[in-house]
Amino acid sequence: MTDAAEVRALTQELLAAHPPATTDRTDFLRARFDAGLAWVHYPAGLGGLGAPRSLQAVVDAELAAAGAPDNDPRRIGIGLGMAAPTILRFGTDEQKQSLLRPLWVGEEVWCQLFSEPGAGSDLAALGTRAVRDGDDWVVDGQKVWTSSAHVARWAILIARTDPGLPKHQGITYFVCDMTDPGVEVRPLRQITGEAEFNEVFLTGVRIPDSRRLGPVGEGWKVAQTTLMNERVSIGGSRIPREGGMIGPVARTWRERPELRTHDLHQRLLDLWVEAEVARLAGERLRQQLVAGQPGPEGSGMKLAFARLNQEISGLEVELRGEEGLLYDDWTMRRPELVDFTGRDAGYRYLRSKGNSIEGGTSEVLLNIVAERVLGLPSEPRSDKDIAWKDLAR
Amino acid sequence: MTDLLYSEAEDDLRAAVRSLLAARCDAAAVLTRAESDTPYDPGLWASLATDMGLAGLLVPEKLGGQGATHREAAVVLEELGRSVAPTPYLTGAVVAAETLLGCHAENPASPEAAAVAELLGALADGRTVVALAVPLSAAPGAHVPRAVRAADGSLSGRVTAVADAAAAKVLLVPAEDGLYAVETGTPGVTVESLTPLDLTRPLATVVLDGARGRRLAGSADAPVRRGLLAGAGLLASEQLGLAEWCLEETVRYTRDRKQFNRPVGSFQALKHRMAQLWLEVVSARAAARNAADALATGSPDAPLAVAVAQTYCSRVAVHAAEECVQLHGGIGMTWEHPAHLYLKRAKSDAIAFGAPGRHTQAVAELVGLPAPQ
Repeated sequence: MTDAAEVRALTQELLAAHPPATTDRTDFLRARFDAGLAWVHYPAGLGGLGAPRSLQAVVDAELAAAGAPDNDPRRIGIGLGMAAPTILRFGTDEQKQSLLRPLWVGEEVWCQLFSEPGAGSDLAALGTRAVRDGDDWVVDGQKVWTSSAHVARWAILIARTDPGLPKHQGITYFVCDMTDPGVEVRPLRQITGEAEFNEVFLTGVRIPDSRRLGPVGEGWKVAQTTLMNERVSIGGSRIPREGGMIGPVARTWRERPELRTHDLHQRLLDLWVEAEVARLAGERLRQQLVAGQPGPEGSGMKLAFARLNQEISGLEVELRGEEGLLYDDWTMRRPELVDFTGRDAGYRYLRSKGNSIEGGTSEVLLNIVAERVLGLPSEPRSDKDIAWKDLAR
Repeated sequence: MTDLLYSEAEDDLRAAVRSLLAARCDAAAVLTRAESDTPYDPGLWASLATDMGLAGLLVPEKLGGQGATHREAAVVLEELGRSVAPTPYLTGAVVAAETLLGCHAENPASPEAAAVAELLGALADGRTVVALAVPLSAAPGAHVPRAVRAADGSLSGRVTAVADAAAAKVLLVPAEDGLYAVETGTPGVTVESLTPLDLTRPLATVVLDGARGRRLAGSADAPVRRGLLAGAGLLASEQLGLAEWCLEETVRYTRDRKQFNRPVGSFQALKHRMAQLWLEVVSARAAARNAADALATGSPDAPLAVAVAQTYCSRVAVHAAEECVQLHGGIGMTWEHPAHLYLKRAKSDAIAFGAPGRHTQAVAELVGLPAPQ
């Protein structure tokens, strides 16, 4: 059993052998991975120690105190939060050995080729085809809303390998090399004017069978691991009061008395209270996770934040009056990091419209809460037992 | 940061209260009791207050209480809210107890201090029900209501909408020159029952006409504010329990009830409303626990935590009860079904200790978001 003292000692050994001040950033991160201090709950040899996840905080605190560089997790969130847990659970030894280290260090960025123009909320209806040809699979299709595709080395990809089966059964999960011929990435401009995301066109892309994750036809099951981890990775950190979208509008209210009206005051106070309660609910969820009592509450947090972000940013545009008629910049740009509370009120208003769509629409999330948390019966379904090729489209 | 979870001891306390209420206070019993001349069940109160020792949770052990905190009292109130139990718990064991605890005598040997200690002991053992004689709608931050004049220890005046006055043996009466204890059933004290919206929390007008009172404190302001702050903060837990029952009962019913050859709970139009309500209940729990913990630790943030919890939980409880009636359809509109008891309690609770608008005003002051000039 590994305990906090042991982990602390290992961290100090790492710092002594590779002083952050004089060590190249990438070299330090590689050494940290090899010392098992990247993600301590991962197995030994794959960046971890097989230790309880809670001990990671001990490592992180020691390293932060020593001024050690981190792996810039926001830049490689899809790799860390979605690809890695899936590779760990379903990958072959060779896949784990070759992929996890550069993923964690940040030398190789990952993206996710899941959504399609014809498969959004109904992801299992996806139509990108993968056809077996010798030792390879030949992939044709179109993916959409792919963040980081233009900088990614690898993608996690789900594609249809048997159209004759019902939709959940004929899917297989692959690792796709984004530098292969036949992979074309185009920016997808969104209502904010910029392009955070991409469309990815796959034309005759050859993926060796050795880059399949999990058995043929089991891709939907494998993808559940990916998507479950997406939800876990949201809402893990402690937020200070006025830490979210309410912060900028509260500051504007305090600094600009000439903008105040009674109607806006009532609405601001109601939203302030709701934002504070959502923050407390997030904090309660965090305390449950730390205490090892995860509850179903996490499913609801995204719903709450999506609605609040939209209402608060909408109020702020209105509060700004004449300035609310203006927008900072419509230039098509490719931001590397997205900050929901960044830029001006107009941007926040437009960007937050995506919060109730990305990562599961609020309508789908309400169904999930109703069925999985409350145990309400599902709607009668006509799509479960017929072949994918016979679905209405 | 406040502790927003429940401890094992709190879980055990909840289980004990829930099992007692399940045996003694089901919906049919509450309805029958509400229509009778004695809205309280003295046997139930004796079990809760005396046998389980819950009346004295907030009273220190040296004064005869349990020396527990607002966190435990909040758990009791969640359960009382779940069963809309007609007991003078919030008014007596929380508001009156906190008011008495707020009477800081400068001289501990004074007659005032002795009277306070004696009353706390009597309150804690559950045999003496004590109520604060202010309208149930009085908010903690507002001006302390003073409808009573005092002259040589003789009190006169009229206080309306006092909760649980009919069950009380002692009334705590704020007057201009202090806080007084007045025994009901003595000359010059009349308690006139009113017809309340919430059948499970009786209201009365208290009329004092030359009543004798024992002075407990030289000023009523600080004790009454403390009592009302605790009342408002822990009312949020009652509202949470109430909302939780409404959601659970609605989910249970809509899974069972069939129309159009399927359970009505399978329609998205209904499911989304219940999922939304679940999210509100989850959030209300965080707000209510935050208020209870802030009161328990004496945090300087307690007034804000209480104002946030009251604003939010009042609305959630009313929303849950209204959805409960609507999603039950016709049966939810009948006298026979208990949904109306919850609706009436929820609506009345929203006004109790200040309507949500009062509490958002408090938030505005506490966090510096001022109204337009």
